[in-house]
Amino acid sequence: MTARIVLHQADITRALTRISHEILESNRGSNDLVLLGIPTRGVALARRIGDILGAIDGVDASTITVGALDVTMYRDDLSRNPTRAPSPTEIPVGGIDGKTVVLVDDVLYSGRTIRAALDAINDLGRPRAVRLATLVDRGHRELPIRADFVGKNLPTSASERINVRIQEIDGIDEVTIEGSTPA
Amino acid sequence: MRHLLSTQDLSRDAAIALLDVAEDMSDVGEREVKKIPALRGKTVVNLFFEDSTRTRISFEAAAKRLSADVINFSAKGSSVSKGESLKDTAQTLAAIGADAVVIRHQSSGAPRVLADSGWIDAGIVNAGDGTHEHPTQALLDAFTIRRRLHGTASRGRGLDGVTVTIVGDILHSRVARSNAWLLTTLGARVHVVAPATLLPLGIDSWPVTVGYDLDEAVAAGPDVVMMLRIQSERMHAAFFPTAREYSRQWGFDDERLARLPAASLVMHPGPMNRGLEISAGAADSPQSTVLEQVSNGVSIRMAVLYLLLSGERLTSGSTHTAEVTK
Repeated sequence: MTARIVLHQADITRALTRISHEILESNRGSNDLVLLGIPTRGVALARRIGDILGAIDGVDASTITVGALDVTMYRDDLSRNPTRAPSPTEIPVGGIDGKTVVLVDDVLYSGRTIRAALDAINDLGRPRAVRLATLVDRGHRELPIRADFVGKNLPTSASERINVRIQEIDGIDEVTIEGSTPA
Repeated sequence: MRHLLSTQDLSRDAAIALLDVAEDMSDVGEREVKKIPALRGKTVVNLFFEDSTRTRISFEAAAKRLSADVINFSAKGSSVSKGESLKDTAQTLAAIGADAVVIRHQSSGAPRVLADSGWIDAGIVNAGDGTHEHPTQALLDAFTIRRRLHGTASRGRGLDGVTVTIVGDILHSRVARSNAWLLTTLGARVHVVAPATLLPLGIDSWPVTVGYDLDEAVAAGPDVVMMLRIQSERMHAAFFPTAREYSRQWGFDDERLARLPAASLVMHPGPMNRGLEISAGAADSPQSTVLEQVSNGVSIRMAVLYLLLSGERLTSGSTHTAEVTK
């Protein structure tokens, strides 16, 4: 098994900065924007995007709200895996009704997590629009779901493993690909 | 977790993990849509051989909030009154396809019999068996104490150093039994106060200290005073001379409330005999957690049902507790 680093710290920061600008562009500013990270690493990434947005010129940092959305209870594979402990969901004051929600996750793979997240959002309110930002898109979708903002597209084989490590949680910023023996 | 029969089966980590899941469940209770699809398609049977209001309603609300189907069964008006045995009832429930059975029974050990018998493969939750245990009550008590002490910073914490005094009918109380072990597991120090006639034989094997004088216990300034109900349905012998005398000596009245530190909690599992073991003033004071205990009960029971039913089905014969994965 070999682990190859595909994104270093600087790459991750650049990707998040670009995503932040793209979010501002598509939303025409930061009004009514709610960033919801999907635990565990999506929450840290959402906070970072929130910080970057707040530092961009002409953006009122107080209009940016960041929260966490746990999707454990909405997964379709609950009865196929060992019991999962849920994580806290934090919805910013003001809720999500009429807002533009940007879901933030580390890796987009089958799309099933995002399907669960859409169901969870449905129970919390009615946003004006839901967008999806992901640090890595590795393909192999099993549902008609795509990301609006992508840090890096990484074509992978299903036997490979993508590890996203984030400073706040793992003490280091990097994305590695671990995988099947090179052909 | 395969079954929840006794708090003695819970390790400290498992107990804290369960309380943490309950925190998430209580967030669900505060939302506009108080329902999550976690247990869709599962069937929970409430099998109640003994009267109950809050426990049965609480389990029913918990199962419904998790989108499980609920079947309520009470012994009155069922074939049990025609003499059907526990075995036949259990096999009937198995044939219906129950995934979990919440059982309350007047005989101590009935849930254990159901879990170990092989009559039914469902997860068994003990909702009170005779004078033995009532684990979800103890869990919700621990949850209530933890929330009052630590507020939103409760997750991951135990009850280390908390002093809890349990007062009243220890002999017949399954709440006291479950609490004594659970609270000790979580790091609390438990003291029980009761008339000598209402203490069980072998109390010295419990992880508690024993006293007979409530005034002495109140003067020690415990963090929590937990009053137990005088169970008139189990008072078949002369355990104390008169209700009035019991109330004078072991009832938590306004005057004792005044001597308790202002930050201490007054708990009661309900239903209360106002004026006997607890005065109306104490029951309705801001220090009382009686109603919080009821609403926290739903969160705890949601957590228990979730941990019991959501994961891969363990085959019977495997261990009673499975680790929770992050």
